[in-house]
Amino acid sequence: MAIKDMPTEECMLPGNASCPGCPATMALRIVLKALGKNTVMTVPACCTAVIESLYPNTSFDVPVMNIAFEAAAAGASGIEAALRQLGQKDTTVLAWAGDGGTYDIGLQALSGALERGTNFIYICYNNQIYSNTGIQRSGATPYAAWTTTTVGGKTEFRKEMGDIIRAHHIPYSAQTCISYPEDLYAKVKKAKDIHGPKYIEILAPCPPGWRFSMDKTVEMGRLAVETGAWTMYECENDIMTFNGKSKLILDKKIEKKPLEEWIKLQGRFSHLFKPKRDEEKLKLMQQHIDQIWERYRKCP
Amino acid sequence: MNKYQVVTTISYPKPGANGKTGNWRIFKPILDKQKCVKCLRCWIFCPETAIKRNKDDTIDIDYDYCKGCGICAKECTVKAITMEREGKQQ
Repeated sequence: MAIKDMPTEECMLPGNASCPGCPATMALRIVLKALGKNTVMTVPACCTAVIESLYPNTSFDVPVMNIAFEAAAAGASGIEAALRQLGQKDTTVLAWAGDGGTYDIGLQALSGALERGTNFIYICYNNQIYSNTGIQRSGATPYAAWTTTTVGGKTEFRKEMGDIIRAHHIPYSAQTCISYPEDLYAKVKKAKDIHGPKYIEILAPCPPGWRFSMDKTVEMGRLAVETGAWTMYECENDIMTFNGKSKLILDKKIEKKPLEEWIKLQGRFSHLFKPKRDEEKLKLMQQHIDQIWERYRKCP
Repeated sequence: MNKYQVVTTISYPKPGANGKTGNWRIFKPILDKQKCVKCLRCWIFCPETAIKRNKDDTIDIDYDYCKGCGICAKECTVKAITMEREGKQQ
């Protein structure tokens, strides 16, 4: 799907409360273009709950239910059951949560909904921090990244949410990035037509959280994919296919860029470069990425 | 459906729910229509829905709501959008 063929209908209205250069609104706009107006959303505590703006107005032109942090998937299950009883089979139920509400706090509700086979789409926009509450560490924060709760850099590696989701053997799960709108649109469109639980994760580089200039949001996402720090794939009925640049890297058609190219542009990793280069940590991070790719090549 | 009075707090969609966000802007995007090749990359990447797509695929920037992030200028393949400091003398 080319950008020109995407619908002009807007479900995200201008004048919302997002930061300039926000990847969450960028992603949600494309997602709602793919799903259309016949969609019901559940939003837990996350940046999006703030972006909706102040009562009595909202910036979203679709019905939204704001719900507790851990309950995005549980709320979506309830809405799906109610719509089924009412006979509204065409309506798409979308749970839209951040990485805190998916990796850490909302994990059991999500796992439950996937296991019950609820017919809904769960989208996690992953900015690798709890950005709404003030840049705290989450399960998705990468190794050595600065946050307000890991001042000297995080000492653990991030968890692989994709692997946890695939262990539920759901009909469709995918990973994508805001820098590739065609890919994101195609994946959401595909998920819409599949019956059962669907999971999509979108990498969303956050300018205030990652400490980079607000015009570089798209560039950061692109570099994350090109350096191999983020993977774009889809998994349909347990068969993995890689997309775009990630496929070229997997097939060794292009060499992935050194990880340093991505991290040196982000202020959250600046302690690795000044006052002194931390060779040990940089080497460890590159090794970790290489190991992940080796694993993908062995058993996709 | 009007049998019961609605007592929950429901918000209704409206553009500019958080006010005219254009006054957050420090740098203003200026479009050179001669250079534009209608690729619509700025339109799809605008996080604010502040770039309006016309029927003939030309674009217009809504300065009431543009927060001036500069993503459109950065992603423009032909450099048709430039960022200028707000309030600069012409």
